[in-house]
Amino acid sequence: MRAPVNKIIDHSVVDGDGNRTAIFFQGCPFSCLYCHNPETISLCQKCGACVSHCPVGALRLEHGEILWREDLCVGCDSCLKVCPHNSSPKVREMTVEEVLDRVEQNRPFIRGITCSGGECTLYADFMTQLFKITRERGLTNLVDSNGTLDFSQADDLMAVCDGVMLDLKCFDRQAHIRLTGKDNDLVLANARWLASQGKLPEIRTVVIPGELPNQETVREVCKMLSPYLKTTSIRYKLIRFRPWGVREPYKSFPVPDDSLMEELRQIALSYGFTDVLVV
Amino acid sequence: MEILEQKQQEVRNIIQNPTLTHEQTMMSLAKAAENILVTPGVPEEYYQMWRDGLICDLNEGHAPYSPRYILPDYEKFFRQGSEFLRLDPPKTLHEAITNLLILYHHVPSVTHFPVYIGRIDKLLDPFITDEAEAKTLIKGFLLQIDRTVTDSFCHGNIGPEATRAGRIILECERELQNSTPNLTLLYDPAITPDDFAVACVEAALDCAKPSFANHQMFLSELGEDYGIASCYNGLPVAGGAYTLTRLILSKIALAAENKKDFMERVLPHTIDVMCQFMDAKIRFLVEETPFFTCNFLVKEGLIYRERFNGLFGMVGMCECVNTLMEKEGRTDRFGHSKDADALGVEIMNLIQARVNSHKNPYCEFWNGSFMLHAQVGIETDKGTSPGTRIAIGEEIPLYDHLRQAGLFHKYFPSGTGDIFPFDITSSRNPAAILDIIKGSFQVGIRYFSTYSSDSDVIRITGYLVKKSDIAKLEQNQQVVNDTVVLGMGAVHNSHILDRKVRSL
Repeated sequence: MRAPVNKIIDHSVVDGDGNRTAIFFQGCPFSCLYCHNPETISLCQKCGACVSHCPVGALRLEHGEILWREDLCVGCDSCLKVCPHNSSPKVREMTVEEVLDRVEQNRPFIRGITCSGGECTLYADFMTQLFKITRERGLTNLVDSNGTLDFSQADDLMAVCDGVMLDLKCFDRQAHIRLTGKDNDLVLANARWLASQGKLPEIRTVVIPGELPNQETVREVCKMLSPYLKTTSIRYKLIRFRPWGVREPYKSFPVPDDSLMEELRQIALSYGFTDVLVV
Repeated sequence: MEILEQKQQEVRNIIQNPTLTHEQTMMSLAKAAENILVTPGVPEEYYQMWRDGLICDLNEGHAPYSPRYILPDYEKFFRQGSEFLRLDPPKTLHEAITNLLILYHHVPSVTHFPVYIGRIDKLLDPFITDEAEAKTLIKGFLLQIDRTVTDSFCHGNIGPEATRAGRIILECERELQNSTPNLTLLYDPAITPDDFAVACVEAALDCAKPSFANHQMFLSELGEDYGIASCYNGLPVAGGAYTLTRLILSKIALAAENKKDFMERVLPHTIDVMCQFMDAKIRFLVEETPFFTCNFLVKEGLIYRERFNGLFGMVGMCECVNTLMEKEGRTDRFGHSKDADALGVEIMNLIQARVNSHKNPYCEFWNGSFMLHAQVGIETDKGTSPGTRIAIGEEIPLYDHLRQAGLFHKYFPSGTGDIFPFDITSSRNPAAILDIIKGSFQVGIRYFSTYSSDSDVIRITGYLVKKSDIAKLEQNQQVVNDTVVLGMGAVHNSHILDRKVRSL
């Protein structure tokens, strides 16, 4: 079994508790206006548009396949900037064993792995196989998801997954559709179900003043999840919109100031959330 | 007559040095006087090796009149008080702190300051009744140590259990931002609760202490009654070290024709001469000075001669391996090549076997042999990295670096360590840094130090110095702590501020 992997970060301190290896899968069913890594949205179309833009000749198009020479690559990301399909020529189709080999090199310095993306749940079977083995090796398994997989029906995956860090982008259905292109019915259902199972360690909301109903989202999300705080702890991570990596024309969205972030933090605290992190 | 004039000039220079405090002047004068003597029994060849820079006596002095490192049994002192100092066992926190500060004043060492102040959390914790009052007293205790023990080789231990006193000590150190005392958590992930260990990481990122000692490793070698003293030296409590001398491996490699000549002739011979030199110093201290018969620490059973040992130190493994590789016509560099690292291990095995085969009648604690010690460097070292560390500027990715260092830490029960500064983003997730420390112990790391790239208090090689004090000394102003001189030298000669900062 193979899955397209955009990149692996050997030590990450921002993808769950402790030190973790983070695996970023390629492909996402959402197309959020503010996406910070749009090159993870689509699979490579093998059009070759990037090849001539590589300053060091690390890319070639041969027999309909894009060949990327990692040893030559200088990481300038010129290829990502010119890609017409929100993709990357550096994605590798990896086997579970290949991912495990990479993870193994990072033991015993990590406490677990985090699957992210893109949207990693597109590859739920792959993750399930991966997680079975990492769990046997004493690592914890986290998923970073937009909530488009019905977790309540993913028994095999959830049996080996220690928790899902869920994006709650907008509470309002219409606003969610405008932002992501899809509704949020399943996302909200997932949030409730995961909280009820004690498998929702973290929720995240990206804040853009004027463009998104930030206060309403935080308030309604907290209202919805506060009953579960009696039995489980949920960190609320409030993320400032930042223009880095974001596509035109959304790049020019305003960055929230400290007072707005503090206002949102206070809303979360008022509903009984104790671990509210502003980043 | 010429020698007399030379000595007079030396004394005059000390007295007229504007950067020395009164205390520092006195100690320099004492050293000048001691060095008029010659250590009896030192082999003639030693002096040539010393001049050639193959062996270094760390300027210990020619007539040692007290052991280099002393680790008094402070628990026993609390139980019995002291007849000599006319002190009763303490009954309150205030009395406990007063008694300790009095005893510290009377614990000698090579620097004339105590290099070990005990497991201070366990000593003080039983006396805590009111936490707010305890914090005031403990903060004053730590402040008093910093301003009167004006030398950063003074070391306190905490852990492995979490205690109220331990938490208060961490809080106070973060507030005080002092270089002294140095602090080590005796860390055992199976005993130390994660929340306390994380609090220690947070403190380390804030004020460069504590460091993390691999408790299980030390325990298995030294037994329950050990302490971390001076820079990072694991030593028996109620004992210590007579002396520490060091091989300069980097220079010894330069003196050899090639690898074979180094392994078969130059290195073994230098080891033998250094062992004889250490024998002479230990014999002088034990047999010709009254220390082990008359000092109250001995008489009151706070230390035992049998629990002292000689420390056989070494520095410059990195440059040694690189030089030998060059002499073999290869470009392999220490830390960057499996063969270079394997050569380092081969050298360590040779040193260990040779040193263990030498017996000294006064080293009962370590089966009659000297203990190996990865010396942390001195301020005048140039082109010689501490112990077995990879040179600053040639660091490798973090996990690889820890595995590489882990190959060497096992050889040094009396101390070694590596330092990994982290950037601000990593500081936001101290639990992640704790994961790395836990992992490092599993790959053989004995002692792990960290600080944050923007701290004022930083770890130079083993000891701590305030960057702001170095800045003062650079402008020829007096500073209260004598170690700042060493820190300034190391910053200028060993590029300490260029150490690779790790980002996660």
